[in-house]
Amino acid sequence: MDLDPKVIDWVSLTPELIMLVTTFVVLLTEPFLPRNKVWIVNPISVVGVLAALGAVIGLAVDGTVRHSFGNMFVVDNYALLFKGFFLAAGALILLLSWRYFQEIRTYQGEYYFLLMSSYVGMLLMPSARDLVMVFIALEIVSVPGFVMAGLRKFDLKSNEGALKFFLFGVLSVAVLLFGASILYGFTGTTDLVGLAAGLEGLGGEPLVLASLMLVIVGFGFKISAVPFHFWAPDTYEGAPLPVTAFLSVLSKAAGMAGLLQVCFIAFEPLADVWAPILAVIAVLTMSLGNLTALQQTNVVRLLAYSSVSTGGFILVPFGIVQTGNAELNATAFSAVVVYLLVYSVMNIGAFSVVTAVARTRPGKKISDFAGLGHTNPGLAVPLTLFLVALTGIPPLVGWYAKFVVLLAVAQPLNAIGIVLAAAIVVNSVIGAFYYLRLARTMWMDAPAEGAAPIRVGAPLWVAIGGLAVAAVVLGLLPQAFAGFADVSTLVAAGS
Amino acid sequence: MFWSDWAITLTLFTPLLGAIAIALIPSKNEESAKPVALVVSIIGFALSLGILAGYDFGAAGLQYEVNVPWIDAVGARYHIGIDGISLPLFVLSYLLTFLCSVYAYHHIEDPGKPKAFLALMLLLQTGMAGTFISFDLILFFIFWELVLVPMYFMIGVWGGPRREYAAVKFFLYTLFGSVFMLVAFLALRFTGNTFDIVVLSELGQSGAFSETFQRLAFLGIFLGFAIKVPMWPFHTWLPDAHTEAPTVGSVLLAGILLKMGTYGFVRIAIPILPEGAIDFAPIIAVLSVIAIIYGALCCLAQTDLKRLIAFSSVGHMGFVMLGIATLTPVGINAAIFGMIAHGVITGMLFFVVGSMKERYHTRDIAEIGGGVLQTMPKMAAVFTFVSIASLGLPGLAGFPGEFGALLSAFQPAAALEAGGLLTFYRVLMVLAAFGTVLTAGYFLYMLQRINMGSAPKRWLDAGLADISVIEWGTWLPLLAMTLLLGVLPFLVWGITTPDVNAIMSFFTGA
Repeated sequence: MDLDPKVIDWVSLTPELIMLVTTFVVLLTEPFLPRNKVWIVNPISVVGVLAALGAVIGLAVDGTVRHSFGNMFVVDNYALLFKGFFLAAGALILLLSWRYFQEIRTYQGEYYFLLMSSYVGMLLMPSARDLVMVFIALEIVSVPGFVMAGLRKFDLKSNEGALKFFLFGVLSVAVLLFGASILYGFTGTTDLVGLAAGLEGLGGEPLVLASLMLVIVGFGFKISAVPFHFWAPDTYEGAPLPVTAFLSVLSKAAGMAGLLQVCFIAFEPLADVWAPILAVIAVLTMSLGNLTALQQTNVVRLLAYSSVSTGGFILVPFGIVQTGNAELNATAFSAVVVYLLVYSVMNIGAFSVVTAVARTRPGKKISDFAGLGHTNPGLAVPLTLFLVALTGIPPLVGWYAKFVVLLAVAQPLNAIGIVLAAAIVVNSVIGAFYYLRLARTMWMDAPAEGAAPIRVGAPLWVAIGGLAVAAVVLGLLPQAFAGFADVSTLVAAGS
Repeated sequence: MFWSDWAITLTLFTPLLGAIAIALIPSKNEESAKPVALVVSIIGFALSLGILAGYDFGAAGLQYEVNVPWIDAVGARYHIGIDGISLPLFVLSYLLTFLCSVYAYHHIEDPGKPKAFLALMLLLQTGMAGTFISFDLILFFIFWELVLVPMYFMIGVWGGPRREYAAVKFFLYTLFGSVFMLVAFLALRFTGNTFDIVVLSELGQSGAFSETFQRLAFLGIFLGFAIKVPMWPFHTWLPDAHTEAPTVGSVLLAGILLKMGTYGFVRIAIPILPEGAIDFAPIIAVLSVIAIIYGALCCLAQTDLKRLIAFSSVGHMGFVMLGIATLTPVGINAAIFGMIAHGVITGMLFFVVGSMKERYHTRDIAEIGGGVLQTMPKMAAVFTFVSIASLGLPGLAGFPGEFGALLSAFQPAAALEAGGLLTFYRVLMVLAAFGTVLTAGYFLYMLQRINMGSAPKRWLDAGLADISVIEWGTWLPLLAMTLLLGVLPFLVWGITTPDVNAIMSFFTGA
C-alpha cells in the first residue's frame, strides 16, 4: 500500500499529542509553583495520561485502521492495545511516584517531565512500522530513562546504575542502527513490510544475516536478554523505585513491542534463521535470570532478576516462529502479547508493595518483609497474590500467561518446542522457589523488633488494590484476553 | 431442573464463599471464624449428601452434568459432572473438611489464628472437591494447582519445627510434576483437538492416538500423578510434609490430597491413553510393590510416631497403585475402595496422633514410652482399633481394598497377560502379600511401644486428659465408617462398579 508520506491523519495522533502537551505543561508549570506545591505536577500528569487513554479508547471504539506519514505510523488494534496498556500502567507508575518523589523533595518537575517524555516514546512504539520510526521511538523511551535512573544523585549506586545504563543503551542503539543501515543497503527501504518483501530469498547472504543479528542484539540490550543484561540489576537497584518499576516493566515492554514488530513483520521471511537463536537466548535468559535471582537478598535486585527471567519467558514463543506458517506465528504472537501484559501488570503490583514498604524501611532487604503478614496483612495479602501470580499458580492470572506460552510451544511439537517446554517447566519451579521465599518471609518469620510502621498512602492503595483484584478476576475469567486474537492480524499483514 | 444443573457448582463454591466470608471477619473477632467455618462446612457436607441422595446408582456415566463454555480462546470448558468414581471421593472430602472444622474447636496449632487457618482450609476444600468433578483438563489443572498454595501455608505457618523446609519441598515437588502434566495435557489438546476428558477418553479407546504419542503423553501425566500419590521413588516429600503439617493439614493431605493422584490415573491417564497404560503398567506395578515393602521397612525403623504414620501411607498407596496397574475392573474397584479406606483410616490415625502430640508435646515414641492404656485408656483403645483397621484386618475397612488389589494381581488384564506378564504379576502379588505381613508387623510393634507397658511416672503424674467430647464428635463418624465399610464393602463398590466397568471396557473387551 503506497500512501503519500506527507499526509497526516491528525486523529490517529491524538494520544501522542495529548501526552506531548502534558509533557510541556508539566515542564513549564513546575518553575512557577511554590516549593511545597510542586507535587501538583503529579495530578496534572495523571490527568494527561487519563486523557490520552480516553483518546486511545475513542480510537478503539472507532475501530478504523489509520495511517500517518505514509506507512510509518499505523494505528490498528495491536497498536491500540499496547497504547492502552502503556497508559494504564503509566498511570500506575505515577501513583507509585507521588509520595516517593514528594518525600525526596527534589527534581519533581524534571522527573515528571522526563517520565512523560518516555511515555510519548512508548505511545509511538507500537504504531511504528518503519525501522527509522522504531529507532526514534526507542530513543525517546530510553534517553529520559538514562537521566531518571540517576536522579538519586546523592547515592553512588544510582550514579553507577545510570552510567552503566547510559553506556549500554548508547552502544545498543549504535549496534541496532548499524544493522538497520546494512539492511537498508540491501533492500532499499526501511518500511517493515517492504523489508519483508526485500529480504525474501536473501537467507543465504551472510551480511544480511549479520545485520539481522545486529538488530536483534540491539533489542536484546533493551529487553535485558542474557547475555546483554548486565546493566539491568545495577541500574534497577540504584534508580529511584518508581523509575525501577518503569524501566523493568514499561520501558522493557516497549522494547518487546518493537522486537515483535520487527521480527514478525520485517524478518518473518528469515524466521528459520533467527527463531532458533532467539530460542537459545530465551532459555539462557530464563535460566540465568532465575538462578541469579535465587541468590539475592535485596528485594529490588530479586525483582530485577525475576524480570530478566520473565523476559526470557516472553522470548520463548519467538523461538517457534516458522517462515510462512501464519497460523503458528499468530499463536506465538498472541502468546507473547498475553505474557508480556500479564507479567508486566503483576510486576508493577509487586513493585507497588515494595515501594510502600520502602517508604519507612529503605534498606529494601528481604528481611524487612519478615512478619509483614502479621503486622500489615493489607500489604502482605496483595504481595502474596502478586508473587503467586508471578509463579503461575492458578487461579491467579499468571497461570493463563504461562499456559498460553506452553500452548504455543506445544503446538509445533518439534525438538525446539519440546526443549522450550522443558525449560519453562524447570524455570517455573526455580521461580516458585524464590517467589515463595519472599512469601514465606512475610508469613512465617517473626517481625523484626522495633521495625518502623509502614505508611502506605492513598495513591499506592489504589494501585495495589486495583492490581490485586485484577490478578484474581482475570485469573478466573481469562476469557477477557480473547480479544487479543485480533491483534495477531499484524502477523498476517506482514506475511 | 435447578438442582441437577446447579448442585455441584453450589456445593463446590460454598467453601470458597465461606473462605471469603471468613477472610472478611475483622481480626478482633478472630474466634468467630470457627462457627462460620463449621456452618459453611456443614452446609457443604449436607449439599454433598444431597447429591449422593439424588444419584442414580444403577447408571454409568456422568450425572449432574454441566458443560458450558469457559475460555473460548483455548477451547477450555466448564465441564463438571459426577460419576461413581468421583462420588465417593467427592463426599469424603466434604466429610473430612466438616470433621476438621469440628476439630478446630478442640485445637489449632501455634500460632493459632483460626481466621487464616480456617479460610485456607475451606479454600483447600474447593480445590480438592473440584479436582474430582472436573471433566475438562484445564479445569482439572486449575483445581489441582489450587490446593498447592493453601496447603503450603498450612504446613509453613502452623507446622512443626521443620515446617519451612517441608512446605517448600511439598510445593516444589508437586509443581514440578504438575507442569509436566500440563505439557502432556496440551499435547493431548493438539492431537485430540479438545480438552474434554470424556471426548478424549472415547478418542483414546478408539485408537485415535499413536502408540509413541501415548507413551510420551503417559510419561508426562505419570510424572504429575506419581509425585502426588506419591509413588516410590517420588515419595520423599510426603514424610516431611505429613510429619510437619498441623493435624488438620495431615488429615486432609492423607485423606484427600493423595487421592488426587490415584484418581488422576483412573480418570485421565488410563482411559485416555490405554496403550500407554499397558506399556507403563508393569513399571507402575513394580514401583508399587517396592513402595509397599519399602514403606513397611521404613515404618519399622521410625522413632517419630507421626512420621511412622506418614510412611505407612506410602505402603497403602502402593496397594492402591498395584490395583490400578493390573488394568482390571477388580483392580480399579479395589483401588477406589483403598483410596476411601485409606482416607478414613489414615485420616483418623492422624487425628489420634495429633491429639497425642498435643497432650505429650512430643511425637517421639521413646519419649512417650508406652502405657497409653494406663494414662488414656479410651485413646489407646481408639488407636488400637484404627491401627488394626489400617493393617488390613478382615471385617474392617482396610481389608477389602488390600485384598482386592492382591486378588487382581493374580489375574491382570488380558493385554498384560498376552505380553507374557502373568507370572511377573503373580510374583509381585506374592511380594505384596509379604508386604501385608510386614505392615501388620510394624503396626503391632508400634502399638506395643505406645499402648502397652507401664507408663513412665511423669506421664502418670501429668494428668493427661482422655478423649474430649469434641474429639469424640470428630472421630465417631470415621470410626463408624471404618467398621461399616469393612462389613459392607458393597457400599462403595455398588457405586463404583458401573462406571469402572465402562472405563475399563477397552481392557476387558466388553
